[in-house]
Amino acid sequence: MDLDLEALRREFPALDAPVHGRRLAYLDSASTSLKPRAVIDAVVRVFTHQAGNVHRGVHALSEAATEAFDTAREQIARFVGGRTDEIVLTRGTTESVNLVSHSWGRAHVGPGDVVVATALEHHSNLVPWQVLCAERGATLRIAPVDDRGRIDLAGLTALLDGRVKLVAVSQLSNVAGTIAPIAEIAAAAHAVGAVVLVDGAQAVAHLEVNVAALGCDFYAFSGHKLFAPTGTGVLWGRRALLAAMPAWQTGGEMVAQVDYDRARLRDPPHRFEAGTPNIAGVIGLGAAIRYLGTLDRAAIARHEARLHRRLRDELAAQPGVRVLGDPEAAVVAFTVTGAHPHDIATIVDRDGVAIRSGHHCAEPLHRRFGVDASARASLALYNDDADIDALIGSLARVRQVLP
Amino acid sequence: MSEVDDLYQATIVDHDRAPRHVGPLAEATHHATVDNPLCGDVITVHARIIDGTVANLTFEGRGCALSRAAASIMTTMVRGHTTEAASRLATAFEHFVQTAPDAAIPDELGELRAFAGVRRFRSRRVCAMLAFRTLMQALTSGT
Repeated sequence: MDLDLEALRREFPALDAPVHGRRLAYLDSASTSLKPRAVIDAVVRVFTHQAGNVHRGVHALSEAATEAFDTAREQIARFVGGRTDEIVLTRGTTESVNLVSHSWGRAHVGPGDVVVATALEHHSNLVPWQVLCAERGATLRIAPVDDRGRIDLAGLTALLDGRVKLVAVSQLSNVAGTIAPIAEIAAAAHAVGAVVLVDGAQAVAHLEVNVAALGCDFYAFSGHKLFAPTGTGVLWGRRALLAAMPAWQTGGEMVAQVDYDRARLRDPPHRFEAGTPNIAGVIGLGAAIRYLGTLDRAAIARHEARLHRRLRDELAAQPGVRVLGDPEAAVVAFTVTGAHPHDIATIVDRDGVAIRSGHHCAEPLHRRFGVDASARASLALYNDDADIDALIGSLARVRQVLP
Repeated sequence: MSEVDDLYQATIVDHDRAPRHVGPLAEATHHATVDNPLCGDVITVHARIIDGTVANLTFEGRGCALSRAAASIMTTMVRGHTTEAASRLATAFEHFVQTAPDAAIPDELGELRAFAGVRRFRSRRVCAMLAFRTLMQALTSGT
């Protein structure tokens, strides 16, 4: 079945609004995705009809909110192929990784131990491990990537020994656009007794995600890159691991019984969810997942793959353009000789083209590629050929303004 | 003129492509290095201050056309002037880039008047201001 792209695009109201008087070519979904009507409507419905707090009241609004909130958690669990009690709701990928580094990390990583991260990690899957290792007297080892931006599996495996407690790896690089061999990495890590945390921030909107098939132990992602509101995130963790983990943030919601001198904590996932959660955001995330379920994901995957090939190949063919690595999906980061990425992004913005510029929170990887910064075009299911035409056409304008 | 052409005026492109006073300064008395949080770009300013006068001034670093051009123009305008005059110019420029896009352009800004267009590009003001902020840091704390 062919994808009805025009109908799909009409579901995203942000695409309707001209930018600087031009048709919007939104090529920054790796930064944050646009939201479909289904998500916007769900959030409006929360504040209109489900405005109570969750898990606290017996009145109608609280029960309505609780019902919708708990349903969202079930939808998220099905989406990643996990159990409902393995889904911890957070503010985003960053908080999910920090939850693991603070709670699991402090309990399991000690002096002389090792954490392994890869050379293409986003700062959010790198800095928490730097801090943990510094605090615990442990060592952080960085698994190499090749010039194509792919993880060197042999190089990573060579870093693994009995002292390695955790391997942190992103499933889809937010700069190189490469896909990590998670199942192979997990098998190698498990062979030395290490657990594997996967940063799925970029992957969830593009790749099939099933935590059992991936073989990982923790899976972190953000709602806002998956067509849901900002301030929502998920940590999936194996039930046995979560059950043995100490609390991280403490307060209301996460306790079973409290006296003045002590508190008995609840079981996961509530143990890790202190305070009133982002109720509307989580319900919006559930709505985003439900919306995705109405789409032909195979047709969308084909559509995105074709657009990505075109984006990559046409960018690479432009004068002075260098594509970083050999991207496989969703993103293409590039440089233009003689034009700084910020200047590129500013100039194309005035043509209605939204791209990211800078180091995209992956400064060490840019250094690995020998550049300070890059421009990045990234795709989502609502992009079309006209978006790529607009970017390629506007690069001629860049060459004209900055000859 | 389009907003983009107004932003990348000939003066700015010229200073970006052929920046003045780039490099280390052996006899410098004051230094500072500041990062642009927007992109990780970084600029270092070296100044030789004698009796309250900026006797010599250079810059190094990497950055976009706006930050490089601003640094280059800054060196040409501040050299030979007192630190008070440099500070006044920094304040005037910082104020200027935050004024309305159609507000008057003060003559005292000299070549920095080429930055009038940045007033329509909110996220890029920090690029225009980076060099002056670095210089001010060098003058206050960067011995």
